[in-house]
Amino acid sequence: MTDPSHAVRLDAVEKTYEEEGLRVTALAGITADIPRGRFVMIVGPSGSGKSTLLNLIGCIDRPSKGSVEVAGQKIAELSDDALTDFRARAVGFVFQNFNLFPVLSAYENVEYPLLLLGLGARERRERTMAMLDQVGLADQARQRPNQLSGGQKQRVAIARALVKGPSLVLADEPTANLDSANGAAIIALMRDVQRQHDTSFVFSTHDPQLMSHADETFSLRDGKLVGHHVAEAV
Amino acid sequence: MLFKLAFRNILRNRRRSVMSIGAIAVGAIAMVLFGGFVAIIILGVQTDTVRRTGHLAIYRDGFFTFGSGNPAAWGMQGYTQVLDMVKQDPVLAPMLEVATPTVSLFGIAGNFAIEASRTFMGAGVVPQDRDTMRRWNPYQLTYNNAADSGLDAADPTKGVVGTGLARILGLCEALKLSDCPPPQAKEKLDTPVSTDIAALADSEKSANAEPVDTRPHIDLLAATAGGAPNVINMVVTRADRQGVKELDDAMVLMHFDLAQQLLYGRGEKRAIAIVLQLHSTADMPAAKARIAELIRTRNLPLEVRDFIEISPFYGQVTGMFGAIFTFIAAIMGVIVLFTVVNTMSMSVMERTAEIGTARAIGLRRGGIRRQFLLEGWILGAIGASAGLLIGIGIAMIVNRSGLTWMPPGQSAPSPLAVMVDGMWKLHAGIWLGLMVMTTLAALLPANRAARLPVVDALRHV
Repeated sequence: MTDPSHAVRLDAVEKTYEEEGLRVTALAGITADIPRGRFVMIVGPSGSGKSTLLNLIGCIDRPSKGSVEVAGQKIAELSDDALTDFRARAVGFVFQNFNLFPVLSAYENVEYPLLLLGLGARERRERTMAMLDQVGLADQARQRPNQLSGGQKQRVAIARALVKGPSLVLADEPTANLDSANGAAIIALMRDVQRQHDTSFVFSTHDPQLMSHADETFSLRDGKLVGHHVAEAV
Repeated sequence: MLFKLAFRNILRNRRRSVMSIGAIAVGAIAMVLFGGFVAIIILGVQTDTVRRTGHLAIYRDGFFTFGSGNPAAWGMQGYTQVLDMVKQDPVLAPMLEVATPTVSLFGIAGNFAIEASRTFMGAGVVPQDRDTMRRWNPYQLTYNNAADSGLDAADPTKGVVGTGLARILGLCEALKLSDCPPPQAKEKLDTPVSTDIAALADSEKSANAEPVDTRPHIDLLAATAGGAPNVINMVVTRADRQGVKELDDAMVLMHFDLAQQLLYGRGEKRAIAIVLQLHSTADMPAAKARIAELIRTRNLPLEVRDFIEISPFYGQVTGMFGAIFTFIAAIMGVIVLFTVVNTMSMSVMERTAEIGTARAIGLRRGGIRRQFLLEGWILGAIGASAGLLIGIGIAMIVNRSGLTWMPPGQSAPSPLAVMVDGMWKLHAGIWLGLMVMTTLAALLPANRAARLPVVDALRHV
């Protein structure tokens, strides 16, 4: 482990793919530090490399070159299992399509990450119910995802991402499949829990409503970092 | 949670899961029924063989390999001492149902009154012992064979022939046999071929000075151990079907004393074999080993053989049905394999995004693998268990249906039956075998799911 003062440190990160024999550069030499406890947006047009960068920060992909450090941990040093365990402890995900397990209830979806951490039944129950209560779904705990609205699904997804107390939460277009009212509510909820838990949130988004809440914004174009803006309030 | 997830995922696409479970169950049903049927056949053949040949036979050393062409020359001297040795041995005695001497012989059987003759294959047995042997039925199988041998302990002249031989020798009417050809006009020969044999038989009758007997009888001609021709007269009490045409056309079962008289004349009486029938086939290896030990320690010129060696038919039947069962099991296994591979592969494809989500959240590759393997196991367990229960149910219905069939080597129809009781090893084997097949079938898709790159899996729509 190295310096954990930053949520994420990217050093000359490159990511290239082979597609039909052609080498495609998705990210070209990205160097950036994302401080802890911030609401950070990664913005840019489609194909700019936002999702690729989010995948690297979320430790579900590895860079072709350069170094990615998350919560003080250099991910290149970890084996696949160790990296998976690291994600289980330190990284939460909120997906555009919610990605809830359809065969599990809201309660079970939120409890799932705690099972991976090997917590006891009592602690799991307490933390799960507390989290569902915080996102306003305590009375919907037994519902399956197909019995929930889009906004409720995303609340469950947020609860699932936060229940384990991660240092970093990644959200890929979290409001893209929600109407504006639900989107605003979800943003407010995430802002609220981010402050309560002092968790770093990193978003990939096109949503101006969400962007307006950013503490810091990183702009990408053609795989390169072309802008970095820190909000005045910060 | 792992089990809950697996079970709910199976219920997710019910039709597909039911198809997979159905295929596994059909495999189990087929194997339960065929395995039980084969077990009944094998036990039936074993029962029939042990009734005829006993479990073990003690011969003069070398008889089994060289003596069948000329049994008389391989007679066992002092066979009564061997019989006593076996009956009084403290290890063997508790295992013994019957220990009895037998004689086997070849010769010509003739009904010279109508100038009919044929080579015969004979066996001389002690009637009471043979009757006891014919009642051996430890598996409680129902057979329509005559309960007694048809011999008379008090009258050594009485014997039984195969139905084919009875027909050939013109005994149809006397023995009230069905399926007999109408009597044919005999061609008058200037010099009957069998004049000399008939004369020999007549001289034997006059030597015995018996009153004229109206019962059906035949003359049996054989070479004695010394090589001289000998002939005896046998009253035929019955004709029995032997199950095999060659035997049916040649078999003569006679009293042990009569066979000895034919084979040894006035010389020293011998037995060709001491036949041992045990209470249980399970005791056969121990009994055989004990007899071999007695032979060795007493330095006797004898050998012991079991019924599997004596009757190759038994080994052929068990081998053939074993091969057929293996073949059917292999086909069922392949069907189960492909069905489960297909089901699990579809499941992996449909749940690729979920696999990516679980991996992103922190489930290791091994966890994904376990998840899909568990689903395969659950499919296998439900299918195999249901198949076993249904198969046993069908077997019980068949056993009470009253249907009959003709088992191999039998002379009369037997009830169509599928063995259920005492088959737990087969049933456990089928269940475990199907579980192994479903596990193997699930392993391939499970590994594929576990190896999916997280990013690619999440991107999957």
